[in-house]
Amino acid sequence: MSEQTAVINKINQSIINRFPDWVREDEREGYEGLLVEAAHLIPFMEVLRDEFGYDSLTSVTGVDYLPEEKMEVVYHLYKSTGGSILVVKVQVPRSSPVIPSLVGLYPGAAFQEREAWDLLGIRFEGHPNLKRILMWEGFEGHPLRKDWVEAFFEGEFKPYEDRWPEGKVSKIETDKPLGKNINYPEGFNPETWIPDAKELLFQGTVSLKTEDDDPGLETEHLVVNLGPQHPSTHGVFRMVAKLEGETVVDLEPVMGYLHRNHEKIGERNTFSMNMPYTDRLDYFCSMSNNFGYALSVEKLLGEKYQPPERAQYIRVIMAELTRILNHFMAIGFFLNDLGAYFTPALYAIKERELILDIFEAVSGSRMMCNYFRFGGVVRDLPEGIEEHIRKMVYERLPRQIDEMDRYLVDNEIVVSRCQGVGVLTPEQAIAYSAAGPVLRASGVPYDIRRADPYGIYDRFDFDVAVRYHGDVYDRFLIKYDEVRQSIRILQQAIDGLPGGEILANKPAYKFRMPKGESYGRVEGPKGELGFYIVSDGTNNPWRYHVRAPSFINLTGLREMSLGEKIADLVAILGSIDIVLGEVDR
Amino acid sequence: MKGQGILKGLGVTLKHLIDTYLEDIKAGKDRYYTEEGVRQRMTSDTKGIFTVNYPEERLPLAEAFRFVPFLVYDEEDGEQIVRCTACGICSKVCPSQCIWITRAEDPETGKPLKTPAEFAIDIDLCMNCGYCAEYCPFDAIKMDHDFELAGYERMEANIHLKDRLLKPASYYAEIRPLNYALEQKAKAELAERKAARRAKVD
Repeated sequence: MSEQTAVINKINQSIINRFPDWVREDEREGYEGLLVEAAHLIPFMEVLRDEFGYDSLTSVTGVDYLPEEKMEVVYHLYKSTGGSILVVKVQVPRSSPVIPSLVGLYPGAAFQEREAWDLLGIRFEGHPNLKRILMWEGFEGHPLRKDWVEAFFEGEFKPYEDRWPEGKVSKIETDKPLGKNINYPEGFNPETWIPDAKELLFQGTVSLKTEDDDPGLETEHLVVNLGPQHPSTHGVFRMVAKLEGETVVDLEPVMGYLHRNHEKIGERNTFSMNMPYTDRLDYFCSMSNNFGYALSVEKLLGEKYQPPERAQYIRVIMAELTRILNHFMAIGFFLNDLGAYFTPALYAIKERELILDIFEAVSGSRMMCNYFRFGGVVRDLPEGIEEHIRKMVYERLPRQIDEMDRYLVDNEIVVSRCQGVGVLTPEQAIAYSAAGPVLRASGVPYDIRRADPYGIYDRFDFDVAVRYHGDVYDRFLIKYDEVRQSIRILQQAIDGLPGGEILANKPAYKFRMPKGESYGRVEGPKGELGFYIVSDGTNNPWRYHVRAPSFINLTGLREMSLGEKIADLVAILGSIDIVLGEVDR
Repeated sequence: MKGQGILKGLGVTLKHLIDTYLEDIKAGKDRYYTEEGVRQRMTSDTKGIFTVNYPEERLPLAEAFRFVPFLVYDEEDGEQIVRCTACGICSKVCPSQCIWITRAEDPETGKPLKTPAEFAIDIDLCMNCGYCAEYCPFDAIKMDHDFELAGYERMEANIHLKDRLLKPASYYAEIRPLNYALEQKAKAELAERKAARRAKVD
């Protein structure tokens, strides 16, 4: 661990030496990284990207330091060739939070900057399309600011005091009836407000009129809404496509229909309360979500909370089983999107069910596992389940993934629908901050399990799956490759599973949290899942941010879709593999 | 040759279809509507039909399975002894804050008693995380196996009060036999140690 810190310090020092005047180390207790002045941000980032090789801006988020009257924007960058994260921060006064936008340098920042504007009210100067992304236009305030309160507000921090010892049960809806608890901005009337959809959606683009070479003929582009209610979107998600004939000339994803402000809830919660909430982000992969959150809190808590050996192995087993079930589902539902309605999906669900049986036996719940604790896992594997996992990973899963392969991969319809469609080049994939299978299918062999290992992944023998065409077909095939690699890891993990404790400390719900920040990231089935946590030393996190892979992977959706036919949009979206619980948070 | 891939894929679906009938012949009557048949469908070498005809057929629940919590009481000479001491830990760890506890008071002195006067769980809010059962130091609140709670009313009807929440320890022993045995063993050991210490003092 200390070796790693030494390397990071060395890199930080070399960057500071390059710009001694306006870059300095973040010296607050428990914090890491570099502080840059807002005025110099763009040239600084340019040098970081072009000279130091930090070509991927993985996470952009803000923190509201209300007591200090400051807003801080936090950037996490990495090199696509591997290595640890670099943290860069910019501080601005809270009264006028304006920061230059990085979209020109890193197009992947586009959605994340919009999110920071939406939820925290930080203006990004030069952003081509700075408008709300998760909340609706006409929403009052910026919800993640510390002085903003929600409609069903009960108290700053949980646990609420009226629950015990004189708890009088009541529904919050009776105290604050719906409709009377919402504020609107001045002059805004929801009854009469008509969203000017086309204007709003295509602010950045030219008018709907086509540039036709025949002056006598005036033609217009056609705008088609796919969603929000559409089976292809796997939830409530909208793609607004501007068409020229059947060809997509512009596209804008619209999201936030499932938004519940997970992060605000997280800041009201105590640290331990957040664990079951992470289950509900990407509801297929609750074990991976648990893993990411546990990792970042353990980083904050320090060495004492390093999970014991057995827990480490169990964690890897659960995370890899999650990856397998997610990829089976992704393969099955992708065929749904192509029109092979539900037979492939049901074959995939069958394997998923068998894995969910394992989850139910170990954690008590099939989907909302809530299995990880800080310093280990909640309970040991029950009797007989080890044998079941062994049979699954040695016999059933290899056989079934081969069957899925025989079933679908050579299918001429699948091939002709997918090959060469929705191409994302490696340069674009990195620039758009794509992660996980989307990045690796574009020819960038970046896998956090290898590039910046966490847990005990450095002990296992596996290959980083990579495909080189960057089209829909490769994004489909790479899931097979990853399942096969996961099976390899699982076989090693189940063979090496040691005995012993499963929790580093006694079970606890309160922790002595040191002040500071931490960013823990795991290679989730959909990509880099990161949790950025700021602790002010109390039992509730000051800031709790989720770097949601399927949300950020959508940044590249427009690029993939331009010039494609509208019928292929569904396939392209399906190949990114999104879950709206995580996109909208 | 064009079309080979499609034929190969159709072969897979055909195999699934044939497997179902082969399994039916092999297993005979035992395959459907028997516990054995359902269990077979949960093993790693299951073949053919995989679905379960709920509610006639039910998947066996894992012991760890958790659904909304209940309160445990012990029975002694026909009397209910509620294990809960109204310490409030469950309501403090609850992530969705769905537990309300009123601590009982001595009617004469007004001093707080170690028992709840009222205990309410709003199951509309409960997210079945199991924290209350996990952190309860008295094994007084446990997660249930009964998941069929559908009803015609919501709001007030979904607030479970003490009367509804209380279930006997024998029920708990029935749904979680292994856990119950472990807890009883730990309790017996503790009592033994206490007795030994007392014997030493005497």
